[in-house]
Amino acid sequence: MCLAIPGQIVEIADDRHVAKVEVSGVRRQVNVALLDDELAPGDWVLIHVGFAMSRISAEQAEEQMRLLRMLGEDAEAMAELEGYGFGEDADGRGAGARKADA
Amino acid sequence: MRYVDEFRDPHLIRQAAAEVRRKADPERHYRFMEVCGGHTHSIYRFALEELLPENIELVHGPGCPVCVLPMGRTDDGLALAGRPEVILAAFGDVMRVPGTHGSPLEHKARGADVRMVYSPLDALKLAEREPDRHVVFFAIGFETTAPSTALTLIQAKARGVENFSVYSNHVTIIPAIRAILDSPGMRLDAFIGPGHVSTVIGCRPYAFVAEDYGKPLVVSGFEPLDLLQSIVMLLDQLAEERAEIENQYGRVVPWEGNPAALRAMAEVFELRPYFEWRGLGFISQSALKLRPEYAAWDAEERFDTPGVRVTDPKAAQCGEVLKGVLKPPQCKLFGRECTPERPVGALMVSSEGACAAYYNYVHRRSEAEAAAAARA
Repeated sequence: MCLAIPGQIVEIADDRHVAKVEVSGVRRQVNVALLDDELAPGDWVLIHVGFAMSRISAEQAEEQMRLLRMLGEDAEAMAELEGYGFGEDADGRGAGARKADA
Repeated sequence: MRYVDEFRDPHLIRQAAAEVRRKADPERHYRFMEVCGGHTHSIYRFALEELLPENIELVHGPGCPVCVLPMGRTDDGLALAGRPEVILAAFGDVMRVPGTHGSPLEHKARGADVRMVYSPLDALKLAEREPDRHVVFFAIGFETTAPSTALTLIQAKARGVENFSVYSNHVTIIPAIRAILDSPGMRLDAFIGPGHVSTVIGCRPYAFVAEDYGKPLVVSGFEPLDLLQSIVMLLDQLAEERAEIENQYGRVVPWEGNPAALRAMAEVFELRPYFEWRGLGFISQSALKLRPEYAAWDAEERFDTPGVRVTDPKAAQCGEVLKGVLKPPQCKLFGRECTPERPVGALMVSSEGACAAYYNYVHRRSEAEAAAAARA
């Protein structure tokens, strides 16, 4: 629950409240409203329960991923990310699925 | 130093550990409290206590949200799940927290409609997908998760989603630290400040720890090296008779916190006059409830809850462990009736709970070693 998942911004929606992030090859929508005036594609963020809470460096993102692995929480972090359904389409196909088709 | 070699920079870890030993005054006994469950997890996982001299004691504070939640609050949430129209949505940790008649997961097995979600936004989406039902989100956590609940409620109100409400169990870290500092017999020398909570609240709110109580506090990262460096910073302050708030985790934690997150929390939440914490008792102004403007989305306003105080199972000594009076294995149930697979007490539920962390690392390690010794 207090997992901080490092993700890279791929695309920011026009309203700047949601963004597509990528974590270890998986893409999902997260809410970025708490960081909206400073984000750009390529930036790294720390995600808590579906919300980007802070902007971090690429090096810090890598460090965080390694920490999750060492704490045995990497699988749980990916399950959490894949579990975010709020950015999915009504037919259940989300950003991740579309990416896989592309 | 059995686990040092698996670190990224074993050399740096050894250096930092040596620095801790050099700087610790052998004539003193140090008690440092970490108030973040993530730190507790990290400390046990990396066996950091083995790297420290014996006169530095780490005390595990109330940093794990499900650990400090009294059982009556879980029961109230489950009472909501008992209503036929209600779907109770909760995070994974909450699903396994024992209530008087079992955990949310066990209630689900008996037919209650309880769903696990990873984000409050998923609970809101569930409500929009199921307009004939009412979704209650069991909100829990410190300032790390409270802004997310706040933004979800702002969305619910903006979109006019009427079949959604929040059962708020959000707590705030500052009053808990103050309560610990005010408790009789308090013998702490300094604090390791939380990492992710501080990304939201920043470092300024801790000023009272130094100014009013004369105790140093260092906001710390989660890696072993971060924690050792933070301990060195605390030792330096104590040696120089300074009491300051310092930020070791500046690469993630801005001194001012996240103003947008604080604004969202302020818009949606107000402080409860008091709230009960397991182990610490009632602490005034230590938890968040929804403001009157959000009463329509407040599960406690919309529905009656029993609101009964429930004591923990008699034999479980969660409160004593949370206060630091007992170490996890000193509880009578530890490792026997109470295990991470079948938790009796909340501290066994979350990987951030002191008992689960102790069990998963220290207890399993010593069992593995005993088994190896028996084979030899």
